[in-house]
Amino acid sequence: MIGEQVLIERQDIQKLLDVLHQKGYETVGPTIREGAIVYDQIASVEELPIGWTDEQDGGTYRLKRRNDQALFGYVVGPYSWKKFLHPPVLSLWKAKKSGKSLEIIPNSDEIPQYAFIGVRSCELHAIFIQDRVFTNGKFTDPHYQARRQKIFIIAVNCVQAGGTCFCVSMKTGPKATVGFDLALTEIIDGQRHYFVVEVGTEKGAEILQKVPTKPAQPSDKKSADERVAQAAQRMGRQLDTTDIKELLYRNLEHPRWDEVATRCLTCANCTMVCPTCFCTTVEDVTDLIGAEAERVRRWDSCFTLDFSYVHGGSVRASVKSRYRQWLTHKLASWIDQFGTSGCVGCGRCITWCPVGIDITEEVRAIRQSESAQLSERRG
Amino acid sequence: MVVTLKPQQIPVAVSTDPMVPVPYRLLRVRRETSDTFTFEFGSVDGSRFPFAPGQFNMLYLFGVGEVPISISGDPERPEILVHTVRAVGTVTTPFCKLKPGDIIGVRGPFGSSWPVVEAAGNDVVIVAGGVGLAPLRPAIYHILNHRGEYGRVAVLYGARSPGDMLYKKELAEWRGRFDVQVEVTVDAAKPDEWQGNVGVVTTLIPRAHFDPHHVTALVCGPEIMMRFTILELQKRGLRDDQIYISMERNMKCAIGFCGHCQYGPNFVCKDGPVFRFDRVKEIFGKREI
Repeated sequence: MIGEQVLIERQDIQKLLDVLHQKGYETVGPTIREGAIVYDQIASVEELPIGWTDEQDGGTYRLKRRNDQALFGYVVGPYSWKKFLHPPVLSLWKAKKSGKSLEIIPNSDEIPQYAFIGVRSCELHAIFIQDRVFTNGKFTDPHYQARRQKIFIIAVNCVQAGGTCFCVSMKTGPKATVGFDLALTEIIDGQRHYFVVEVGTEKGAEILQKVPTKPAQPSDKKSADERVAQAAQRMGRQLDTTDIKELLYRNLEHPRWDEVATRCLTCANCTMVCPTCFCTTVEDVTDLIGAEAERVRRWDSCFTLDFSYVHGGSVRASVKSRYRQWLTHKLASWIDQFGTSGCVGCGRCITWCPVGIDITEEVRAIRQSESAQLSERRG
Repeated sequence: MVVTLKPQQIPVAVSTDPMVPVPYRLLRVRRETSDTFTFEFGSVDGSRFPFAPGQFNMLYLFGVGEVPISISGDPERPEILVHTVRAVGTVTTPFCKLKPGDIIGVRGPFGSSWPVVEAAGNDVVIVAGGVGLAPLRPAIYHILNHRGEYGRVAVLYGARSPGDMLYKKELAEWRGRFDVQVEVTVDAAKPDEWQGNVGVVTTLIPRAHFDPHHVTALVCGPEIMMRFTILELQKRGLRDDQIYISMERNMKCAIGFCGHCQYGPNFVCKDGPVFRFDRVKEIFGKREI
């Protein structure tokens, strides 16, 4: 059954959610909140952004009505699935002090069993990247691992590209090829609205058994492939990744960093919306009488001044050094650390930057100035 | 006031979650300088604490927070956990007010270590600046415990003033040995309080006894001190792969997850804190990396 493709009609998608609920999953998917498509708990298909799409560009995000009733007719919003696997705020443990004894009680909250509905290929790759960060080294983050092991993933292949998308450059999409339980391609053809579903795992096959399906015809598969291929042709951005690590390592003192620093507000938006950024800080709190304490982990950002503080001052005091740290980590040192780029080309950092700084543009500027110098020397 | 508790010999404690500290009880405190103290801890359950010279722990002060501190005890005495702490921050200041019997939380040991095993057969030169002597002391203990395995050994130590020197009694003891060259200098001193060398620690390097081709250098101190020490060692003919340094960065987790300690492609907490110099030379000295 793995690798098999079947059809689900639009009216049977609710059944898919119902079966997941019956199996004990908390279904999470795209829905509209405060003018954006975000990921949150959904119980019904009606909560999906039916008939909506998004328009994205540097520093711009707008919802717009579609002229059809597509369920997944948009790309990615400000949230990523990171929010569920690597929670923004997490209590690590509590400590109790009485007299001369100290007891530390690890957080044993029940871990939710999530079914993610509508994971894009770039986002699947972001999950694979965080898997490497949290579960592939000498230490394992038990909080991430516990959540990750339980998830059920319904991927959605993109049939349109967003204005800031560049998954094709990063080789992370638009078609989901691995790592999902089920993958949907949405097809609206005249009056017919259906989904070509690829089965990725036994777990996926088991869920599908309780949902009305039909075998997919070669023409259906062709139609799905064509739509995805079309999306691949329409990427809003491009990033040349040739020798990108070496390019950035040899340009740590490039004047472009000073230039981008005049625009960057160090607001940290890019790191919050990034589906792979993993940095955290910890906060220690006590009750008023000092008998109980708690340690809480929170998302942090390399754009804050505090991030690199050691006694005497911050290592990265200038805006330039903080932007450089983020970009070179994402695209260069990440490769040394985890054997993969830290960027999946989802474009969120471009869209949600309040001043529209564009990671692809910054790299291009450095690359072009280098090749200009080179041709000058040859000239 | 000295309170001594006797820990028993039982197996090493294992915590499944690397973010959860294990309680340790303060046994003894010694004042080193006006703001620096050496603490000896014993685990509450009596377990031993094996570590390698140069490694560090995350020390948790109840309700206040956690701080990375290198281990400064003898690696062959794992029943006692020794840390030298200078009161400079929000955690270390109240930390330095701990009294024997008080309990802290400990996570570790973390990070890379000084190459004391690999250096066997070679001469060793140890260059320390200020509190940088603390992470080097376990390496000195190891070398002295196994003195016969090494060639000539030189310990060069620089402090800001005579009052800022750590481990004075031990320095004097080591200096009294016939098989170790110990040189100490201070940046500044009043004539009536100090008759020794005055000047920065790098001034001691030209007179250290070692064979430049068969020596391992272990260096720890402020980055600026390490930079100039490396230059002096290079002048003596050392290659970059003979020099080891210990780096310091902000740390929240010590296990490579929080991202704070990144230093180029390295996580100081897991790839460091001890680095062979040739592996970081491209970024060492670059501003704000």
